[in-house]
Amino acid sequence: MVAEVRVSPQTKKVRSTPGSSPPAKVVLSLYIAGDTPKSRTALSNLKKICVEHLDGRYRIKVIDLLKNPKLARDHQILALPTLVRQLPQPIRKIIGDLSNTERVLVGLGIESIK
Amino acid sequence: MPRKKMPARHRPRGSVHGAKPMRLLPKAATGIQGLDEITGGGLPRGRTTLVCGSAGCGKTMFAMEFLVRGAQQYDEPGVFVSFEESADELAQNVESMGFDLKALSRRRKLLVEHIRVVRSEIEETGGYDLEGLFIRLGLAIDSIGAKRVVLDTLEALFGAFSNTAILRAEIRRLFEWLKEKGVSAIVTGERGDGALTRHGLEEYVSDCVILLDHRVVNQLTARRLRIVKYRGSVHGTDEYPFLIRAHGISVVPITSIRLDHRASSEIVSSGVPTLDKALGAGGFYRSSTILLSGGAGTGKSSIAGHFVAEAGGRRERSLYVALEESQSEIVRNMKSIGIQLAPLVARDMLRFHVSRPTAQGLELHLASIHELVVEYRPQVVVVDSITSLLSMGSIAEVTSMIIRLVDFLKMNGITAVMTALIPAGEGTETTGVNVSSLVDTWLTLQNTEIKGVRARALSIVKARGMGHSNQLHEFVMSKNGVELKTDAWSRKYA
Repeated sequence: MVAEVRVSPQTKKVRSTPGSSPPAKVVLSLYIAGDTPKSRTALSNLKKICVEHLDGRYRIKVIDLLKNPKLARDHQILALPTLVRQLPQPIRKIIGDLSNTERVLVGLGIESIK
Repeated sequence: MPRKKMPARHRPRGSVHGAKPMRLLPKAATGIQGLDEITGGGLPRGRTTLVCGSAGCGKTMFAMEFLVRGAQQYDEPGVFVSFEESADELAQNVESMGFDLKALSRRRKLLVEHIRVVRSEIEETGGYDLEGLFIRLGLAIDSIGAKRVVLDTLEALFGAFSNTAILRAEIRRLFEWLKEKGVSAIVTGERGDGALTRHGLEEYVSDCVILLDHRVVNQLTARRLRIVKYRGSVHGTDEYPFLIRAHGISVVPITSIRLDHRASSEIVSSGVPTLDKALGAGGFYRSSTILLSGGAGTGKSSIAGHFVAEAGGRRERSLYVALEESQSEIVRNMKSIGIQLAPLVARDMLRFHVSRPTAQGLELHLASIHELVVEYRPQVVVVDSITSLLSMGSIAEVTSMIIRLVDFLKMNGITAVMTALIPAGEGTETTGVNVSSLVDTWLTLQNTEIKGVRARALSIVKARGMGHSNQLHEFVMSKNGVELKTDAWSRKYA
């Protein structure tokens, strides 16, 4: 029931320089409740941020709680949309339509991953 | 007072909880002892009630009992949404009240949904709603077919989300949603400064608001409950004491709102034939209240003892609330004047409730008497003595307790005998407690000394509905018990 959307990176993957460890992949889950304007805004904002800042090292899973309501309990989701950074650990949660790019970057800890 | 006329479909079909049918809102009985009486049947059905109070006031217990009783007694499954405690913690906390949440959960009568909200985990970036909460709640309600819902405490959300504009809109939507779902809900809220709740939840709840309060007076804990508002329903407006006890909460109405107990015209003998004669009607009215006042050693307990023995002879049960002496002392003392109580105790026609007044608070005292009466179903209750209750509270508090006790006993058709000790030097027609207007029959006993002879005297100050004697009767206590010497008095001391 989980709708999985793989967003293909638009830019070429950056090869890691020999000797340094490859940068961690970011696994994100976006929880929504149906195809609402807020859901769409959040997803498009997220895609944009990922493309601009994560350079292909990410995977986005969209989870529609209307289709799988049990996950709201299992994953302790209250507010929608909620973006969860599953990997790298620890888990981080961001709520809202992700319109504030700067806060999303802070919330995802993207600066530290880069 | 109904503010507007309710449409016909909102009216209950029949009487709720044995009370006179109130042609107002349909109600969901709480099963909480005493509460359904002061609310005329329970909380508004299909609506949300706000239960507020400071920390430790008993909100969670109150809300939990509403669900547990609903599941056990009214076949209405319930969902408890806990924002603070986990399911295990909750189960542990209410175990002391005899609630087995785990068993109820297994039978799908109760579901505890623990919603953990921690702000530090959450970053807010733009607009959001709380649809996730609605989805979880909807799922929980549908999974067990819940008719009752508790949200304890919704205000935790204010600690989790910083956008209060969104939060308030969502809370408003939540209350509307609960109403559409048709569940009878309780939302708890923490008491705020100068407001009922810290975050003004009362703005959203229009149907029923109950305030719980918890104070310590004279080192004794006093819990109080007040119905702040109950739209479309007649309700008691007093502050009602309540207790959290081994079997749950019990609310004690200060004055019964139903003073419609039927007055009995049946006469029961006092057990002293000469006293029956002096009373004019051959005894006391059944389910009336009799006060025996007098100084130490004037024979108050003895007359009460006669009445108990007489009731036992009629195969009626008596409950003797002994606040001054132990059971064995009373039995022994009565035996010395020919009143045999031990056989009655053996046949369970008489039970003693011995309690030191200082050991429990007044409210707890009243509640334990309530409980005993409900369990044992006596026809006679003796309280010996009401004066000793004064060590537990002010005159006003003791008076209020006795009023409630008298109302309760009357409603249950019980004849009550209360003794009051009058300290030496005070007038005879005083009770120490302002209950004389409350009782139906008042006998005063005194030790007097006339012409060098010590004598006991009894007079009937009042006996409602009886043409009683106005004489001062001399009476004697022998091994054959109490006897009034009506005729000899005037000749002997004339």
